[in-house]
Amino acid sequence: MDSKSLALQVRMKVLEMVHHANASHVGGAFSMADILAVLYNEVLTIDPQHPGDPHRDRFFLSKGHACSALYATLGLQGFFPLEQLDTYAMDGSMFLSHTSHKIPGVEISSGSLGHVLSIATGVAFAAKLKKTTFKVVCLVSDGELNEGSNWEPIMLAPQHKLDNLVLIIDYNKIQSLGFVKDVIDLEPLRAKFESFRWEVVEIDGHNHEEITDTVTTVSNNKNGIPKVIIAHTIKGKGVDYMENTILWHYRSPNIDLYNNALKQLGTT
Amino acid sequence: MKKYTFTDKKDTRSGFGAGIAELGRSNPKVIALCADLVASLKLDTFIKENPERFIQVGIAEANMIGVSAGLALSGYIPYATTFANFGSGRVYDQIRQSVAYSGTNVKICVSHAGLTLGEDGATHQILEDLAMMRAMPEMTVINPCDYNQTKAATIAIADYNGPVYLRFGRPVMPIFTADDQKFEIGKAWTVNEGKDVSIFATGHLVWEAILAGEILEQEGIDAEIINIHTIKPLDNEAILKSASKTRCVVTAEEHQLNGGLGDAVCQLLSRNMPTPVEMIGVNNSFGESGTPAQLMEKYGLNAKSIVESVRKVIARK
Repeated sequence: MDSKSLALQVRMKVLEMVHHANASHVGGAFSMADILAVLYNEVLTIDPQHPGDPHRDRFFLSKGHACSALYATLGLQGFFPLEQLDTYAMDGSMFLSHTSHKIPGVEISSGSLGHVLSIATGVAFAAKLKKTTFKVVCLVSDGELNEGSNWEPIMLAPQHKLDNLVLIIDYNKIQSLGFVKDVIDLEPLRAKFESFRWEVVEIDGHNHEEITDTVTTVSNNKNGIPKVIIAHTIKGKGVDYMENTILWHYRSPNIDLYNNALKQLGTT
Repeated sequence: MKKYTFTDKKDTRSGFGAGIAELGRSNPKVIALCADLVASLKLDTFIKENPERFIQVGIAEANMIGVSAGLALSGYIPYATTFANFGSGRVYDQIRQSVAYSGTNVKICVSHAGLTLGEDGATHQILEDLAMMRAMPEMTVINPCDYNQTKAATIAIADYNGPVYLRFGRPVMPIFTADDQKFEIGKAWTVNEGKDVSIFATGHLVWEAILAGEILEQEGIDAEIINIHTIKPLDNEAILKSASKTRCVVTAEEHQLNGGLGDAVCQLLSRNMPTPVEMIGVNNSFGESGTPAQLMEKYGLNAKSIVESVRKVIARK
C-alpha cells in the first residue's frame, strides 16, 4: 500500500469509528491523516511486531483528542488486529478516545494538551546521551500552542542542540470552538520559532511527496538545531461539509452524513 | 523510653544531595534535572562528577516533568528536583498524565516543604502536597525524618520501578537514625515500643514525637512512636498492630490536616478498627513568615502539642 492509499484507508476507518461510537474530533483526525500515513509508510522505521524495539524511530502524538487517526494508522499497519478498532470509545475498550499508551505502537498517553513536546524533548536528549540515531517526531495541534507549557521545551531544545528533534504543527487554523486567528492568533508563527532558534520549514500538510522529503531532510540534518515543520492543513480534509468548519471539530456524522462522507472519500 | 541522642544536625535536603551523589557513582542510569535551584537541592557534587547526566531545565517545572518522562521512556531513572511547591501543585497535571497514568519511572524529589521553610512565607510553604500526591493513583509518597533517612530513601527509590514523590526540607534537624540503615519503601520504623498510646509521625515531626515521648515518660505514659516515612503505600499492618495494642492514636505531620498522614491513618482505622485519634497538623490555613521554630510553635507542630494531644486522646479511650 502506498501512503496515499493508506491515508484514504485511515480516513475511512476514522469515519467508521467516530460514527459507530458517536465520538468527536473527526476534523482534527482528517487534517493530520496524510501526515500520519506518510510518517508510518515512508519515513519512520517501526516494526509493528516489535513496537518496543529500542532502536525504533519514535512518534509522539500530542493532540490526543484526534487519536482515532493514529489508532487507524497503527491498525492498518498491523500493530494490532484491525477489528479491535470496532470497540473504539466503547465500554471496556483499551481504545480510549484520547491517546492511550496501553495500545501497541503508542509511545505515551495524551489528551491534556501541552505535555508531549516535553516528553519528546526528553527522548531526544536521551538519544543524544546514548549516541543513538533514531528519529524523534512530535506532532502538535495549532490551538495547542496556546498552552504555555509548549514554549518551555521550545526554549530548552535549542539550548541543548537537539537537532534530532522534529516538531510538526498540524496548522489547520481551527481550534475547539473558534478560528485560531480569532482565539489567539499564532502569527507570525514562523518568526516565533526562528526567534526561539529553531529551523523552520513550511509545507502543504496534504502533499505526500513534500511531507516525505521534508521530514527526511530535516531529520538527517545534524546541524545542532531542532526542526519545526509548519504543515498547512485543512480541518476535515476530504469531506466537503467538514472542511474548514468549526462544527466538525466535535461533531459525529449521523448515518446519512456518514454515507455521504464515505462516498466522497471513495471517489477522491 | 529508648534513648535517642544526636551529635550532629543537618538538613534533610543535604541527605538527598549525599544520596544522589552516591547514586551518581553507582548507577549510570540516574539523571538529575533541576529547575534552576541547584544549590538549594544540594546537587553540586552530582553535577561536578556527572556533568553529562545533569539537565538544567531553567525555571520551567512543567517541562522538567515531561522531559523526565521522556528520559524514563528511554530507560533512564530521572530525578526531577525543585521546591515542593513547584514539584507538586504547579505541575499536578503533568505528573498525572505523563508520569502516574503513563507509568513512567520518574522520581520527583522536592525540598523546602512545609512551614519549616521559614522566612519565605506562605507562597512557598506547601502544606497540601502529600494530599495531592496521595490522591494520585500509582504514586508512592515518602517523607523521611532526618538526614540519614533521606539519604537512604534517595538511594532506595532508584531500585523501585515506578513514580515516587520524595519530600524533604531546609532546616537543620538532629540526625538520630542510623547512617547505615536500609530504607524499605512502605515499611514503618518503630522508634519506641510502648503500650499507652500510638504516635504515628512523619518528616520533621518524628524528632518532636521523640521529645514528646520523653516528657510523657515522666508523667508515667508509655508511648509507642512509629515513623511513617512512607505515606503511600501505608504500612497498614504496623499501624493496626500498634493501635490494637494501645487503643488510641496521635498523628503528627508538617502538612494540612486535610488529606495527609492523619487522614490516611483515620481511613485505615475507621474501616478496620475504630479508634480514638487526635491529629497534629496545620488546620486549614496557609503559612506565613517566621523562623521555623516560631512557626512550628504558632501552628502547634511540636513536642508540646503532641503531649497535649496524647493526654486528650488517652482520656477518650
